[in-house]
Amino acid sequence: MTLLKEYIAPRFAQWLVVIFVGVTLTFLIPRLSPINPVDQAMARLQSQQRMDPNAAQVLRNTLQDLYGVKGNIFEQYVAFWKRLLRGDLGPSFLAFPTPVIQMIGVAIGWTVGLLGTAVIISWLLGIFLGSLAGYFPDRWWSKVLEQSLVTVYPVPYFILAFVLLILFTYYWPVFPLVGGGRGTPAFTWDYISSVLHHAFLPALSIIVGATAFRFTMAKALASTEVSSDYVQYAEMAALPKRKILFFYVIRNTMLPHVNDLALSLGSIFGGALITEVVFSYPGLGYTLYNAINAADYNLLMGITLLSIVGIATASLLVDLCYPLFDPRVRYR
Amino acid sequence: MLTTTRDLLRYSPSFRAGAIILVFVLLFVVLSFFSPYAQDERRVVPTNKPPSSEYILGTSATGQDVFWMLTFAVRNTLMVAGLAVIIGRSIGVVLGMISGYVGGTLDRVLSSLADSFIVIPVLPLLILIASLLRGQITLLSLGLLIGFLDWAYPSKRYRAQVLSLREREFTHTAVFSGMSTLRIVLQQHLPFLIPYLLADAVSGFLFAIGFEVTLSVLGLSDMNMQTIGTMIYWGNYYEALLANRTWVLVAPVVASIVIVIGFYQASIGLSQFLDPRTRLAHLQVKG
Repeated sequence: MTLLKEYIAPRFAQWLVVIFVGVTLTFLIPRLSPINPVDQAMARLQSQQRMDPNAAQVLRNTLQDLYGVKGNIFEQYVAFWKRLLRGDLGPSFLAFPTPVIQMIGVAIGWTVGLLGTAVIISWLLGIFLGSLAGYFPDRWWSKVLEQSLVTVYPVPYFILAFVLLILFTYYWPVFPLVGGGRGTPAFTWDYISSVLHHAFLPALSIIVGATAFRFTMAKALASTEVSSDYVQYAEMAALPKRKILFFYVIRNTMLPHVNDLALSLGSIFGGALITEVVFSYPGLGYTLYNAINAADYNLLMGITLLSIVGIATASLLVDLCYPLFDPRVRYR
Repeated sequence: MLTTTRDLLRYSPSFRAGAIILVFVLLFVVLSFFSPYAQDERRVVPTNKPPSSEYILGTSATGQDVFWMLTFAVRNTLMVAGLAVIIGRSIGVVLGMISGYVGGTLDRVLSSLADSFIVIPVLPLLILIASLLRGQITLLSLGLLIGFLDWAYPSKRYRAQVLSLREREFTHTAVFSGMSTLRIVLQQHLPFLIPYLLADAVSGFLFAIGFEVTLSVLGLSDMNMQTIGTMIYWGNYYEALLANRTWVLVAPVVASIVIVIGFYQASIGLSQFLDPRTRLAHLQVKG
């Protein structure tokens, strides 16, 4: 009972606060702007066809209802929450009248597949290389590895992706420029290999950047661990180096890594905007980009909300799982 | 301050490398004030010329000299980043110090607000705002925006610092000798935060440069101004790659890489100097 009261409840409360702040921000921001989505939608429709004033008024009412901009700001806010709790994010404007939730559903598969794989690969690779370099700091390969990764690490992700795109689709065209796959989705080798082929470059760009980050962190963590007494003792006892590295050093540095893995998996739901835009990959990020260009507020808000809920939930889960991963963490 | 800088230059190779790069970057910024053309002036030189002795980095499709464009771009990008850093760190310092020194309910409210801002993903939010303001956004407001969304993590660090400073002897001495709270915080505690502020400012710079480039490349910033991001945007817009005019794109890409590496190397030296542990904390800032 104390566990529930003193550990779980405060973290759950923090989760609710995060969601509340996030939802409120996404509610307020579009309403503080001078642009009225209903007026904009009306203008766009009326530029395409003439409409008699009565029909226009009916349409305006319907749109106001759909976009949830009826009444004063408090009524709108309450209505916004009500719709949200029903899982209704309103219609998309880009592909009217497809509901936003359905568009997100189509895109999310691509994003989760691409990012999930890339995040896990870079996580494993970064921890492995970083701990290795932290355990053997004086070898030439660890110095080369560190220097090159430290140079890559601060480069803005867009630049990295853009350079890769130019190199491998233009100067040496081995990878396709756009898209997520060829042909109709099916469990055939043709389709699956085309999906892998399309995903390779975007995944590589994420893996390079994320591995560099994970490497620097893993190395710093491992090098403090290496100097601790128990590792020295294990070395004096002439345990195999491999065993010391994997079962002593890496194991004891895992906690922050696990924490970060969960957070990066949570942030997947925002979509990798830049990756997907640069490589025209048909996931959430690309949908978000299209929504921006078409001023599709419902879709924009839907994806923003999804990413906030995703990351907040991931950090809640991390917090709740902490005592399981590390018995040293006692609930406070 | 001067001796610190001298020691850093002497003993930290990464700080030295970073400092040299940053001096060159600054030189570039100074050079922009001597440009023969205004930054939005078009069709002043022949279009689409490759790099030559006359036009060191070539010319663009709109008839601008890429070298002078780049000097403006570096200046503007650094200005946006600088503004963002100043705004973000000021909010961070003020809220962190208040919440650390006053404590109690106010501390709990401010801390959970900061926690929420750490968790909330910044990029989608920034894009939402920028796309709503499209066409009206200026470099000034871009810097403000990035600053307003990047204060939470530094603020938590300052709070932690002030929490420990509050319990130190000299704070009690100051309180008992009747110093006002404001003066204690400003005169006694603020100087302790300055090293952390410096390290944070550098990582803030990296963060803001990344955002500026990203937003501009998506066409969400002030597209009439020269920044590193808008240079890439217009380069793509006029199909520099297809027409094999890569110099238009190479210049901003290389410039951005050099700038961030300069800042990053300097920050590594700085944070190792401060405390080996802050290095870890520093890395986590950018997760």
